[in-house]
Amino acid sequence: MLYDIITAFWRDWIVLKRRMIKFILSRMVAPILYLVAFGWGLGRSITTGGGAYINFLVPGILALNSMNISFNSLTSLHGERVYHKSIEEYFTAPINPLSFAIGKILAAILRGMISSAIIIILAYAFGADFTITPLFLLVLILNCAIFAEIGFYAAMTIASYEDMGRFNTYILLPMSFLCGTFFSPDKLPTAFYYFVHILPLTHTSLLLRGIGSGGVPNMISVAVLLFYVITCFSLCVYVTKKAQE
Amino acid sequence: MLCLEGVRKVFPYKNAAGKDDLKVAVAGLDLQINKGEIFGLLGPNGAGKTTIIRMLTLLTKPTAGKIYYDDLDTAIAAKQIKQLIGVVPQHINFDQDLTVGENMQLHGRLHHIPAKKRKIIIDKLLNYVELTDRINDNVRALSGGMKRRLLIVRALMHEPDILFLDEPTVALDPQVRRRIWDLIRKMQRSGVTIVLTTHYIEEAEALCDRVAIMNKGRLIALDTPQALQQKIGSYVVEWDNEKTEREFKIFHSKDEAKTFADNLFQENILRRHANLEDVFVELTGRRVNK
Repeated sequence: MLYDIITAFWRDWIVLKRRMIKFILSRMVAPILYLVAFGWGLGRSITTGGGAYINFLVPGILALNSMNISFNSLTSLHGERVYHKSIEEYFTAPINPLSFAIGKILAAILRGMISSAIIIILAYAFGADFTITPLFLLVLILNCAIFAEIGFYAAMTIASYEDMGRFNTYILLPMSFLCGTFFSPDKLPTAFYYFVHILPLTHTSLLLRGIGSGGVPNMISVAVLLFYVITCFSLCVYVTKKAQE
Repeated sequence: MLCLEGVRKVFPYKNAAGKDDLKVAVAGLDLQINKGEIFGLLGPNGAGKTTIIRMLTLLTKPTAGKIYYDDLDTAIAAKQIKQLIGVVPQHINFDQDLTVGENMQLHGRLHHIPAKKRKIIIDKLLNYVELTDRINDNVRALSGGMKRRLLIVRALMHEPDILFLDEPTVALDPQVRRRIWDLIRKMQRSGVTIVLTTHYIEEAEALCDRVAIMNKGRLIALDTPQALQQKIGSYVVEWDNEKTEREFKIFHSKDEAKTFADNLFQENILRRHANLEDVFVELTGRRVNK
């Protein structure tokens, strides 16, 4: 099974390797705009908890960017399933279909982490001050895993390309802004406050911010992320098996 | 031997009134395909050919019935069976982001062919279909005929015992079609059992040892192309009727056909040998290419 996971990963890796420079350059645009607009521009007039806004902002950008990249890395799988039907090549091969799912998710996590590394370098260049620890990286990986799994599930179930776009608009975009990325969820009305705490991105933002500023991580948030990783993976297992029926 | 016992496939769908309904794609099929033969599934669009191929290649499960590869049951031994079969789908399903060589590499990896052997096989097969110089090109850059040839040799990489070809020459010009026929014959000579679907009569006649004629999910005839033709008669007289529609009648003897034609006072009379299209029309009242 490990060999088959590597094969599924290998396919995405050679595509990424071929497009690495384009990938890196394109992934720099949004973070630079966020850092300039909200960090330098708007952020100069804002302080949060006595610190610079850019230090508050960077963990939020990391959370939302790793979410977007991991999810969108698997949108092409939708085309491979619906239009090109190239995933049938995996389903007629003597492999465990789960290895296909795991390989694809790992490749999307890799993309999310490369993108996160770019943001970390840019953030330091913009003068941000935060600490990276192994737990900080683990939280990022968990966040990438959750949204890679959601991306996989969406790509394997959604009927049309337009609906994939709608998923982005109605699910990911609101989360990008409301889940503790640009401002603290404490500022939200009570109902919204509790609602965003159900969502994984809020816990990622809070954890990254806490760990990055040298605070003690909230283990309940880590548990919530682990819960999402396991639940979403179970959905991926289900949908992969169903795809063969 | 490949054996289908009472295989049935039903798909749920929304009918014209928007209500849930069931469409019978394959209705209780019993069939045996022998080792080393070229077996054709012939029928018009919607006859159930592709659904049968998808069930045989484990891409979809039968609603009822059993499929055996020798003594291996598809419901139990899917992984073992997948090692025995090669699949050439109707839809060109290459990975569009990969080159010719990478698509072959991916197939080899998925079938656990060791790296060294993989390289040798890829070189040999690409040379066989004259695509060696295209190894580093993206698959999107290939012509339709090249893609079809590549699909076939990709399916041969892991040396399958049975090769399934779903409409292998659809939308190809006659010259390329004949090259693919040659390729299929060569594969049969090397011991591969071939199951192909087609709605080209001449393809079934040129290639198949036996033909199953399908219509609306049902098997309506099964035999060698020659035997099927002989059953209905070998000689055909065609003519235009009063509404200038083409009509025909089939005869068992040449003399009968000649006498009939000589006494026919109609336009555009043609005498010819019977073919599988005639068998199909005689049995179903439909034409295969519709």
